[in-house]
Amino acid sequence: MTIASDAMLSSAARAREATVRRFALTDAIFRGLTRASAILVLVILGGVAISLFAGSWQALSSFGFSFLTTESWNPVTEKFGALAPIYGTLVTAAIAILIAVPIGIGIAVFLTELCPRPLRRPIGIAVELLAGIPSIIYGIWGLFVFAPFLQTTIQPFIINIFHGVPGLSSLFAGPPYGIGLLTSALILAIMVLPFITSITKDVFDTVPAVLKESAYGIGCTTWEVTRRVVIPYTRIGIMGGVMLGLGRALGETMAVTFVIGNAHRISASLFAPGTTISATIANEFTEADGDLYTSSLVSLGLILFVITFLILAAARYMLMRIDARTGV
Amino acid sequence: MMALCVVAAGIGLAWLALILGALVYKGTAGLSFAVFTEMTPPPGEAGGLLNAIAGSLLMTIIAVVVGTPIGVLAGTYMAEYGRFSRITTVVRFINDILLSAPSIIIGLFVYELMVRPMGHFSAIAGAVALAILVIPVVVRTTEDMLNLVPNALREAGAAIGAPRWVVIRSVAYRAALSGIVTGILLAIARISGETAPLLFTALNNQFWSSNINAPMASLPVTIFQFALSPYEEWQQLAWTGALIITLTVLGLSILARSLTGRREDR
Repeated sequence: MTIASDAMLSSAARAREATVRRFALTDAIFRGLTRASAILVLVILGGVAISLFAGSWQALSSFGFSFLTTESWNPVTEKFGALAPIYGTLVTAAIAILIAVPIGIGIAVFLTELCPRPLRRPIGIAVELLAGIPSIIYGIWGLFVFAPFLQTTIQPFIINIFHGVPGLSSLFAGPPYGIGLLTSALILAIMVLPFITSITKDVFDTVPAVLKESAYGIGCTTWEVTRRVVIPYTRIGIMGGVMLGLGRALGETMAVTFVIGNAHRISASLFAPGTTISATIANEFTEADGDLYTSSLVSLGLILFVITFLILAAARYMLMRIDARTGV
Repeated sequence: MMALCVVAAGIGLAWLALILGALVYKGTAGLSFAVFTEMTPPPGEAGGLLNAIAGSLLMTIIAVVVGTPIGVLAGTYMAEYGRFSRITTVVRFINDILLSAPSIIIGLFVYELMVRPMGHFSAIAGAVALAILVIPVVVRTTEDMLNLVPNALREAGAAIGAPRWVVIRSVAYRAALSGIVTGILLAIARISGETAPLLFTALNNQFWSSNINAPMASLPVTIFQFALSPYEEWQQLAWTGALIITLTVLGLSILARSLTGRREDR
């Protein structure tokens, strides 16, 4: 009698133990899978870095440091230098940021402080939707609509105005092609505008209402509150947003490829055609014959990767700091 | 000064409205039934975009099928098993960088990884490049959405004796489902307009192809090629294709937004 019940008890215990063990095993498998996937994200970025280094080794070892300081880009004689694309990338991105940051912050201030409440959500959503429009759309618009407009209207006007003014006359020298560095920079400005706006708006929303209310309470105007309270409080977050936009502008490919003109030279004039790193790769990669040519293009990619990695890392670090402060 | 902000908002929104207006105006001019039923034409002839649309669809589907599970699992690790581990902090940082890394770099990576060893361009390489773009978007939204699930729900699951993976699957995933789906939709929206990573992975194809081991046409690359051509028919098709992509992307974004929209309402 007691023996039988003992046997029953132990078989039930054994069954329970088996179930628990099975659960533990499945859990370990699932845990391992999720962990492996998380590590895969790191592997991908590592793989990108390694493959770019491997692909660019030939060009970097044959040109050395002069790759960064040579302007000539000649597939026939196989002499390649990255100076013109680097110059184009930095100049277009810098102009784009100079234009987009004030407008973006302006829109963010408008949305958080001035806009009538019923309009806030629709406009905010519109801005975020626009951030998702693919760059090729901006490119095709730039090529067929914006560049001809600049060529026939704006550029001749500016060339005439600054004609004979020292410095500016060479910065805005003709002939007006329509396509070129300035056109690319303007298109980039339109593209990064929604990014900068939506991030700035988000960090503006993190300002505690109490801070703003106390400023209003002592009689500050809306502008004074924005200038003295909101912007100082969110300075790091805004910087992060700007850097994120900069990273975007530096790496942007298609929109620029359409309107930059793909000329491997450095001109004083912003109206002249130029090239950027990403536009050079997009235009020439499939047509590159010869290992050295391909390797030089991959080296350009490596340079772009390093620049954008540093800028994006800095941007994320700044945005993480503002997140930590608000305790999200 | 505040007036300037209103002006800035006006300029910004007007500029963006201008682009969309031109797109709709030029795009609808060429919109016809033939666009969806005929192949891309040789220069100077009428035709459609059927093979490009089909190619884009196929590569997008493969990319989502490959990228989504990896992204969801990685996000699960970061929000559930490894919420407080150091790996999670590193992965989150690297993932955010991947999220905004230039897509042409991903194209170069896949070129070195697949196209060079295989010796030819292929649709599968294009799909892998797109999958690498899908992963960071899905990782980010999955982690964020799982973090929003209240811990009390998980504790209730654990209290009735459910093992961790059952809690995650039946409680956390279910609570965060709409958010995770939103992330997948946003990822699809992102890759459906990507051109740069396809240029030297999937290349392009003038003809119908369902072979994923051969070059394949895609809508963005076709637009790129046609827009820069001197032929009027091709340029018109490029505008129409651009309109189709924009409508797709906007549609997906609005759908994604409406899934989580109720939660954001205050």
